[in-house]
Amino acid sequence: MSAITPDPAHALTPSGNLARRLRVSLAIQGLAVSAAALAAAILFILVGFTVVKGIGALSWSFLTGNLPAATGQAGGIGPALVGTAELALMAGIISVILGVLTALFLTEFASPRVASPVRLMLDLLAGLPTILAGVFIYGLVVSRFGQSGIAAAIALAMVMTPLVARATLESLQRVPETWRDAASALGVSHWRTVLTVVLPGAASGITTAAILAVARGAGETAPLLFTSSLYGNGVQLNPMHALPNIPLEIYTLIETGYPQSVSMAWGAAFLLMATILLVNIGARILLRRGERKRGL
Amino acid sequence: MTFSDLPTELARDTPVAAYGRVRLTPRAQSAPVPDRRAEIVREVVFDAHDVSVDYGAKRALDGVTMKIERNLATALIGPSGCGKSTFLRCLNRMNDSIPNFSLGGDLRYFGHDLYGPRANRVEVRRRIGMVFQKPNPFPKSIYDNVAWAPRNLGMRQGLNERVEKALRGAALWDEVKDRLKQSALGLSGGQQQRLCIARAIAVEPDVVLLDEPASALDPIATASIEDLIHQLKLRYTIVIVTHNMQQAMRVADRTAFFSLDEQRTGTLIEYADTKQLFSRPSDSRTRDYITGQFG
Amino acid sequence: MSSLLTSPPLPPTARDRTRRARLRRVDLRANRFLIALTWVGAIAVVVVMAAVAFQIIQGASQAINRFGPLFAFHSTWVPSLNKLGGLSFLFGSLITSLVALVFATALGVSIGLFLALLAPRAVANVLGPLVEMLAAIPSVVMGLIGIIIISPFSAHTLEPVFHAVLGWTGLFGAPPQNGSSLFTASLVLTIMVLPIISSLTRDIFRTVPIELRDGAEALGATRWEMIRGIVLPTTVSGITGACVLGFARAMGEAIAVTQVVGNASLIHANLFLPGTTIASAIANQFESPQNNLTLSGLYYLALVLLVIGVLTNLLSRRVVAHGARLA
Repeated sequence: MSAITPDPAHALTPSGNLARRLRVSLAIQGLAVSAAALAAAILFILVGFTVVKGIGALSWSFLTGNLPAATGQAGGIGPALVGTAELALMAGIISVILGVLTALFLTEFASPRVASPVRLMLDLLAGLPTILAGVFIYGLVVSRFGQSGIAAAIALAMVMTPLVARATLESLQRVPETWRDAASALGVSHWRTVLTVVLPGAASGITTAAILAVARGAGETAPLLFTSSLYGNGVQLNPMHALPNIPLEIYTLIETGYPQSVSMAWGAAFLLMATILLVNIGARILLRRGERKRGL
Repeated sequence: MTFSDLPTELARDTPVAAYGRVRLTPRAQSAPVPDRRAEIVREVVFDAHDVSVDYGAKRALDGVTMKIERNLATALIGPSGCGKSTFLRCLNRMNDSIPNFSLGGDLRYFGHDLYGPRANRVEVRRRIGMVFQKPNPFPKSIYDNVAWAPRNLGMRQGLNERVEKALRGAALWDEVKDRLKQSALGLSGGQQQRLCIARAIAVEPDVVLLDEPASALDPIATASIEDLIHQLKLRYTIVIVTHNMQQAMRVADRTAFFSLDEQRTGTLIEYADTKQLFSRPSDSRTRDYITGQFG
Repeated sequence: MSSLLTSPPLPPTARDRTRRARLRRVDLRANRFLIALTWVGAIAVVVVMAAVAFQIIQGASQAINRFGPLFAFHSTWVPSLNKLGGLSFLFGSLITSLVALVFATALGVSIGLFLALLAPRAVANVLGPLVEMLAAIPSVVMGLIGIIIISPFSAHTLEPVFHAVLGWTGLFGAPPQNGSSLFTASLVLTIMVLPIISSLTRDIFRTVPIELRDGAEALGATRWEMIRGIVLPTTVSGITGACVLGFARAMGEAIAVTQVVGNASLIHANLFLPGTTIASAIANQFESPQNNLTLSGLYYLALVLLVIGVLTNLLSRRVVAHGARLA
């Protein structure tokens, strides 16, 4: 067994096989860097194209006008904007209530034996293909009562609830156990501790979760496909009827294939994407600031 | 060599029951220290001249000038936060990955500038091994822990012998020879730390840096690590950071005392033969620290 | 203060006692109420998931009785003749998701490595959220981008390259001029799955203790040797779990795939021809099936999708839990 260690007199330049190993290492690091650069480039290209193609379609009449009365005709997306806002609001309310309650149940009240199946179901619901939420609500509600905003909102809430629940769960788990102990050591009852110590402690996390879930829901198409697709071209506020909405409007505009429709689709896509990305960025900043303020 | 040669404080202070077995053998081997010092001029391994370390705007270490010599064990002691570990980690460029780290002054290794443009830090670490405060065996088998680095370096011939030699060198062979394929995470803390030493010496470095290698261990494991250091310095140059002054006295030939100056920046106060530093410190701060510790 | 300490506590008056008792009763009720409320939330989640399964199985029962368990392995889908088989859809789903998984794993794991171990913190803090932003693009917008941008790019640029280099495998035939193909669907899915895999793997790589990485580098290992020898072996199960989740996500995507896949229920090895998937078949045909049996057949497809989704989810949980036990 011979010593391969270079003589101390040898300079600290790579010895033995090191030069080759460094080349391999650098090459692979280069690959990782280019993968990351590629992902960033893809994002910029996608966003850039949508901006370039979409911004031209924007106009006051586009934003407020009624949907095209027939395929290929000109028109606006006003009713779809209103409808999407209404759907997102309804689904947001349902999913925030259910999601926060489920998360509270898992962190504050459930014994491990009960928590683990609930957690499993939550994971499965989170992994449920969104089209199946549409199928489920179609069979449960639409096949009996016809399409409606409420049916669509429930389908959307199925997609959003696990998102809210998981994010809330995470921020509840970050509330230090010592806070809970301190509260109960003062003789404060459990429900008061939960409402006045634990929930406020996780408030910024829960708010972020709710905002992100609403943003996600507003862009979902599949759950609406069978629940809120047969709508007129005017404003519809009654949730007992199908509500016009941006994602499906984009979907149908593209399917028609007329240049004018596709250009409208770009306009709507730009609006939807810009809103969702900005809300995402805003929510992240909010979360970071909120957590920093509480020193977490 | 008997206990009467040791500084009286130490002989009184150390529980002989715990350390006696360990101390006797190595002391016997390192007995001719005074002779060696008298007869030869040793090769300088590390030559630090006015070395300073900054983390961004904060200066962590200032004005360290010292020479570390070959085949000696050099201890770096001092209160926590005094920059002794920072200095140790500069010696094999382990600080490079810390954001905003920068080094000033001149730090040479056998005359080569450690931070010079031609110095490659992988090469530096290959020649200057390091063992950390907390045992950090890889989640692999005992064998693979030791064999991993030699394999990387292309030392595939005689790998089994190399592993065995490293494990013997770390006084671990007899304990693990029947379970080389088992996970290293199943070893005790002291065994894990000796495995880390075996891992470091398997690639035959010139220098082994030890960063408080026994601070996470119980007294018996500590004793076996100290025992091992005496064996290792016959072949390697050892630099050891320790917060334990008795340990420095037991294992080190030279000792450097670091402390904080008025600006709360770590700096080198005194560097001398271990015996001299502990028995006749020339700086009052060293004396205060030593006597403060011993009461 | 001193007066407080020295004087003995006053005995509670009768009014005090009743007030406290009332408070306790209120506390007790409020406690029960809150617990009941959270139970409602939890039960809703469980019930919904069970109801989804029940409703889909019920809807599929006619087709299950008629075609039996081998439904997923018959390829004919002719509603007018009541001959239904799900193979072409299953094939399309699997092949597009697998191809997307290969691309997204290669890219996503590299990105995760870069973000967790190679990039300076400042770069990672900007690039990480940017990659996650990809996940925020709605699928209908991805579909639009897929049709207008990715399809032509794929047909005119990527497909000839793949055909020239890998044509001999049979997977990459001569590129047709129309960009609607399984391959284009795979590309769109890659972009949609990429943020999932890269952010999950980044988080997993960050869990490797710094002591292990330092230990490897102190032995004179290069960055790559440290990654291959220490980081990847300790995180392999987590990475697998992330990939399985990405696969499940790709299998379930309906809208964007429908827009670019071509919707032809064909089975062929050539990725450059149009195909279809389970999710896009449901999206296209569910609302206006030719007859009741076809509707039931579509429910059967939904059931296949559900089963695959549940199995992949369970698998990823199992893999991750296994990895956690080893670490």
